Amino acid sequence: MSIRVRNVSKRFGAFTALDDVSLEVEGGSLTALLGPSGSGKSTLLRIIAGLEVPDAGEILISGADATDLKPQKRNVGFVFQHYAAFKHMTVRDNIGFGLSVRKHPKAEIRNRVDELLRLVQLEAFGHRYPAQLSGGQRQRMALARALAPEPEVLLLDEPFGALDARVRAELREWLRRLHEEVHVTTIFVTHDQAEAMDVASQIAVMNSARIEQVGSPTTLYDEPLTEFVMQFVGEANRIGDRFVRPHDLEISLDPVTGGVETMVDRITQFGFDVRVELMPAAGDQLLVQLTRDRLDELELERGQIVWVTPANEHTFTARGAAVGAV
Amino acid sequence: MLPIAALVWSSRSEGRQAFWDAVMSPQAVAALKLTVGAAFLVALVNAVLGTVTAWVLIRDDFRGKSVINSIIDLPFALPTIVAGLTLLALYGPQSPIGIDIAFSRLAIVAALMFVTLPFVVRTVQPVLSELDQEMEEAAASLGASELTTFRRVILPNILPGILSGFALGFAKAVGEIGSLVIISGNLPYKTEVSSVFILGQIESGNPAGAAAVAVVLLVISFAILLGVGAVRHFTTRYERA
Amino acid sequence: MRRYALRFVALFYLAAILVAPLGIVFYRTFADGFRPAWEALSTPETIHAFKLTLLITVIAVPLNTVFGVVCALAIVRRRFPGKGLLNAFIDLPLALSPVVVGLSLFLLYGRTGWFGGFFERHDIQFLFALPAMVVATIFVSLPFVAREVVPMLREIGDEQEQAAKTLGASGWQTFWRITLPSIRWAVIYGVILTTARCLGEYGAVAVVSGRIQGETETATLRVEERYDSFDLAGAYAIAIVLALIAIAVLLAMTAIKPREEPA
Repeated sequence: MSIRVRNVSKRFGAFTALDDVSLEVEGGSLTALLGPSGSGKSTLLRIIAGLEVPDAGEILISGADATDLKPQKRNVGFVFQHYAAFKHMTVRDNIGFGLSVRKHPKAEIRNRVDELLRLVQLEAFGHRYPAQLSGGQRQRMALARALAPEPEVLLLDEPFGALDARVRAELREWLRRLHEEVHVTTIFVTHDQAEAMDVASQIAVMNSARIEQVGSPTTLYDEPLTEFVMQFVGEANRIGDRFVRPHDLEISLDPVTGGVETMVDRITQFGFDVRVELMPAAGDQLLVQLTRDRLDELELERGQIVWVTPANEHTFTARGAAVGAV
Repeated sequence: MLPIAALVWSSRSEGRQAFWDAVMSPQAVAALKLTVGAAFLVALVNAVLGTVTAWVLIRDDFRGKSVINSIIDLPFALPTIVAGLTLLALYGPQSPIGIDIAFSRLAIVAALMFVTLPFVVRTVQPVLSELDQEMEEAAASLGASELTTFRRVILPNILPGILSGFALGFAKAVGEIGSLVIISGNLPYKTEVSSVFILGQIESGNPAGAAAVAVVLLVISFAILLGVGAVRHFTTRYERA
Repeated sequence: MRRYALRFVALFYLAAILVAPLGIVFYRTFADGFRPAWEALSTPETIHAFKLTLLITVIAVPLNTVFGVVCALAIVRRRFPGKGLLNAFIDLPLALSPVVVGLSLFLLYGRTGWFGGFFERHDIQFLFALPAMVVATIFVSLPFVAREVVPMLREIGDEQEQAAKTLGASGWQTFWRITLPSIRWAVIYGVILTTARCLGEYGAVAVVSGRIQGETETATLRVEERYDSFDLAGAYAIAIVLALIAIAVLLAMTAIKPREEPA
């Protein structure tokens, strides 16, 4: 069930989608490919599925070379952003499609479909058509459909992208619990870093056809290897060529050596958390995150001049990382 | 609507017996059988070949494709009598490639193929181009071969387009005259289609008889249109959730 | 591999049925040079035939255009009883045989027909004369403008028109300055199709015209007449002219189609 991507490259005309990309995915894990549009994440996923053919490199599934295998033969389940539901078939027929194509006996198909309908909580909708379902329901159906033939790998391409925020959050939670139950190697693509951090145990951050860093959510957040990862995963302030997390900036009402003089621009409260936007004399706006208690202690007001010092910072060399943790 | 009413009325002007006499006359029946049979055959063949053509135009890419795409509309732009004449030139007595099917039923089929060619192509093209290709990818990821994918995923979704084209083509073929007058030879009982028969009846001063057969043609056309419409309605019920 | 097979089938199909026959006629017509063809075309009857076809077309097309646009507007923008019927009625000529159309006119307006008496009394020649031919041609070429404009109107929606009204435009102003420009390509495309149909009409006109040479013979009728008189060269010559017009029509259709497609 493990997946190895070795030195894969892919170009579409003049555009390079993947540039010598390598990745190891452990069997049974839940991995996210995270990155902005155009970073190559969907292309990589589709190459793993066999829906695209790489120009160079190999894909190994469970140790066997799958690079030249057509998608039909790879035993991977694929879930599309826009569901790709067979709109002319009922929900039951959709889910059972992979099994009926492999000529499983009807009784067996029926049982498996029942089982999956229960799993995705669509028992009452078996005989409806996709057009009669909501977006979230359609995606659950798509998931059930992909899982029906018991694939070795489950691939999801921005599966919640077409859904509204609340449904997205529900399905995120749902996918996590599903993975705990079913334990199939899962890779999903997203551009939403909060989603990746929430669901995945391992994240591969991609940018401009390359993988920048692979690690657990905590690792990526605490020990980013490149400037891109620092800024893409979580928020980052830039002071000169130093990068500081919002909660690593300390505000003091009196001048501090080594600190930056700034003016308070805006204070926003999110329940218990407080975000303070500060304008330095030169350079970009800074964002500080504090607790409400600390805010009350400081008695901050708009227009007030304060000093900030980083408690923990990162610096990077031109292309790679230099870990600077102070 | 008025002309139709007049038609139906006039066909009954000489009484029901005269109506049936006219319709059941051996010559009329022969013409009718030929017309409906040829139209059905042609519509069927065009349904298959038209779908193939639409597929090639939408999914394939090659130099000159847009020219080919434009040529499809030729039967819409060309006067039918010219079409008949050109087919006669190529597949008639002076044929340069030695094929002579003039004055035969084959000629009728050929002429009708020309005239109805665009219908299925043009009704299938938009449906095919709007088809969500991710459905095909999903089918592949679930293990379906290309043939299975075509049979179970693509075909059901383009079927409404094919059916529309079939019905339109059939209706046109049943009433076609311009392309047939020259190349078919209009031999009664052999190569005379209903429209030519009706024309003949009018010119020999039997408009009531002509009207009777015309009414039958009308009924058949409408029956096909309604029938296909019903099938379409049924096969797209999944859309009207 | 399969792709090439499919491509071959499609191209062969098109070539055998459409392209090759047309090519042959061109070849045959000009095989002996331009002279014989030119002579065939300049007989007075033939010239009259072309003029007649042109006249009918020039009358029928504008009428059908106006009718088509009005009907399209009514169908898409208004509610009224019998709307579905109007929609079906417009498509009717496509399902009818032209001969049947001619026959119904014949029955309706002939001497013994319902309206025949009216024309007789006022000494107006309807059948076997221009009026019948024009009406027949109008009927068979009726649907095209409406069928092109209706989907375009639907696609565009009426928000622009609503905006115009809130800005104070009258109904006519809105139509002329907002609606019409937005559908102009659909109208033009429909006009081209209508014109092609008018030029090529045979069956209906054959019934109602009486085919009197030099008087009620259109170009298409003349092609057949020449063929029946064993003047193959003459028939070809007229056919070529019609074919050339058809190709011009085809080019126009190709040029306009992309703009006619709703974005």
